[in-house]
Amino acid sequence: MKTQEMLINVGPQHPSTHGVFRVVLTLDGETVVKANSVPGYLHRGIEKILESRTYPQVLPYTDRLDYLAGLLMNWGYVNAMEELMDTEVPERAEHIRVIMGELQRIASHLVATAAYSGDVGGLTGFIYCFRDREDIMDMIEMVSGARLTPSYMRIGGVAADLPDGFLEKCQKFIDYLPTAIEEYNGLITGNEIFQHRTKKVAPITAERAINMSLSGPILRASGVNYDLRKARPYSIYDRFEFDVPLGSNGDCFDRFYLRVLEMTESARIIRQALDKLPDGPINAKVPKIIKPAVGEAYAEIESSKGIMGVYVVSDGSTKPYRIHFRRPSFINLGHFDELIQGWKIADVIAILGSFDIVLGEVDC
Amino acid sequence: MENIFVNAAGGIRNLLESAGLPSLVVDISIMTTIFVAILVFVLLNVLWLVYMERKVSAYIQCRIGPNRVGPMGIFQTIADTVKLISKEIIIPKNTNKKLFLLAPVMIFMPPMAVFAVTPFGKGMVALDLNIGVYYFVALASLSTVVIWMAGWTSNNKYSLLGSMRVVAQMVSYEVPLLLSIVGVVLLTGTMNLTGIITAQQSVWMIFLQPVAFLIYLIAAVAETNRTPFDLVEGESEIITGPFTEYSGMGFAFFFLAEYANVLLVSMLASILFLGGWLAPFGLTFIPSWIWLLLKVYLVIFLLMWFRWTYPRTRIDQMMAFCWKVLVPLAIVNIFVTGIGKYLYESVRW
Repeated sequence: MKTQEMLINVGPQHPSTHGVFRVVLTLDGETVVKANSVPGYLHRGIEKILESRTYPQVLPYTDRLDYLAGLLMNWGYVNAMEELMDTEVPERAEHIRVIMGELQRIASHLVATAAYSGDVGGLTGFIYCFRDREDIMDMIEMVSGARLTPSYMRIGGVAADLPDGFLEKCQKFIDYLPTAIEEYNGLITGNEIFQHRTKKVAPITAERAINMSLSGPILRASGVNYDLRKARPYSIYDRFEFDVPLGSNGDCFDRFYLRVLEMTESARIIRQALDKLPDGPINAKVPKIIKPAVGEAYAEIESSKGIMGVYVVSDGSTKPYRIHFRRPSFINLGHFDELIQGWKIADVIAILGSFDIVLGEVDC
Repeated sequence: MENIFVNAAGGIRNLLESAGLPSLVVDISIMTTIFVAILVFVLLNVLWLVYMERKVSAYIQCRIGPNRVGPMGIFQTIADTVKLISKEIIIPKNTNKKLFLLAPVMIFMPPMAVFAVTPFGKGMVALDLNIGVYYFVALASLSTVVIWMAGWTSNNKYSLLGSMRVVAQMVSYEVPLLLSIVGVVLLTGTMNLTGIITAQQSVWMIFLQPVAFLIYLIAAVAETNRTPFDLVEGESEIITGPFTEYSGMGFAFFFLAEYANVLLVSMLASILFLGGWLAPFGLTFIPSWIWLLLKVYLVIFLLMWFRWTYPRTRIDQMMAFCWKVLVPLAIVNIFVTGIGKYLYESVRW
């Protein structure tokens, strides 16, 4: 009998490519022989646009990178700008940033968990995670007025102080979170079928993960202890007590479960930051018209997807000469084509889900 | 109440005979009436099931579900159907047009034909076939062909993948399904569905054949292509498999036929294992057909519960589970049942 390989186009319009990601698969039956991923369908040329925007105007564009973790993207940019301008951020602002950043990290991980549950076919887990993410969205809306695109951080501080009732709401959420996580574990993580689908699927060795420059939960799932918040603390992360959860096999299950574990750690950080929250100004003294001296700066933060780096070059004018973003999802995806070879088409979706990509960030 | 439908049929027959019609005409009219009654019963149930699934899934997922069209949203399915009827049926290029359009029509035939032998209550069976079980299983498996037809003629790679899965899955799961029924047939000694029900007068088969019931339930989920075995549709992988290219009413037919099949396997489950229309605890003042419906809906609720809590299995895991776990288990079950029956009959032990 004559058999033939089949070329199949997954995406850009597909229910579970997390947006407009496209991958061209060569299939032998259900098994992937060759894969060729084609990103770029959401490319908006943000880096080029930014060359004609003033420094404060850059901020809203960063929201649109990883739109599931807008605050962390803001933070990446203001971090680089503060390094370029040598600005000292007030204590209260740093604490607020940590609280909001970690809340955003939990929200982003909740979406990852939800989407992963949906990718392997369990739609109920999806709804449960989104139910709890809504609380965080409410809190982000309280401080910034927007849910997905907060633009809350400013060069030298944050846009506004925490509103009344925020601290109580945040405390309540942090107290509630362990119950929710228990629920996810019961519904998703503990499910026999789910474990069969994800355990030992597409393992990445620690060595390969480092060589492919992976970062974030994917890297740590392979057992590499590298979290910027611990390894090279920025902001005030050196003052908090928290652990870096590590996986051992680097398979889909570890990548998924690591995010659940990280939510608990984030909650721990928020709890400490809420306790220590000092009074004081929320903005550094930054000139009205921002004109950094000629020079360049590169700063990295640990975003929910991995290491988010921002490179800013200033030519002394009010507009950046060049801004480049190191987008973790995009760099993590570099390993995707190689990883999915030899796995079934259903695994392709499971593996892509475990990478937790956001197309706004991949295509920039 | 108990004999309301039987009496109605008898009444119609008397009326026609007293009108002086020849007996052939009377028989044909009675058959037509029964056919229409079954058709209406199945379609009403299917509409209700779509609504029920949406409500059940909503409550499982902390939502409210449809609540706008009619009280508690009970007319939601009708509104959806009206919307789907009004939509254009798109026929993709380079398809076999005739087969493409025939598939959604054909998909309703196997479940409809099977309902001819189903006892809906005491004395309520259109055709009391003495090989009822055999007929049931033989016809129910025909829907494989139709889904394969839909996928193949769609000329779409996702549909093709789905069709390959449907053949692999439904043909494999047919085997444990049949083998699990053999246990029941061994004990009751008949293939007549009414006979099987009356044989459970003293004890339901679920207590004598618990393993067979489990195997049947799992295989039935796979036969109806529902989670955790919904690989045929596999929404997150292959869009909706063989139904990807269908729009409007064509899609609605496949969608509704799934529920007709759910009704079918649940009905067989209640007949084979839960005593059919027999009333438990001597509660015979409730009519037999209500008992059957209650049992059927219990099984359906179970299937819905599965669907909204489990993720999907992978194709290789599903096949391995069928051939390495279910089939050997079913064979062992038949073996044990046979020995048990032999011992019971010869030793009176």
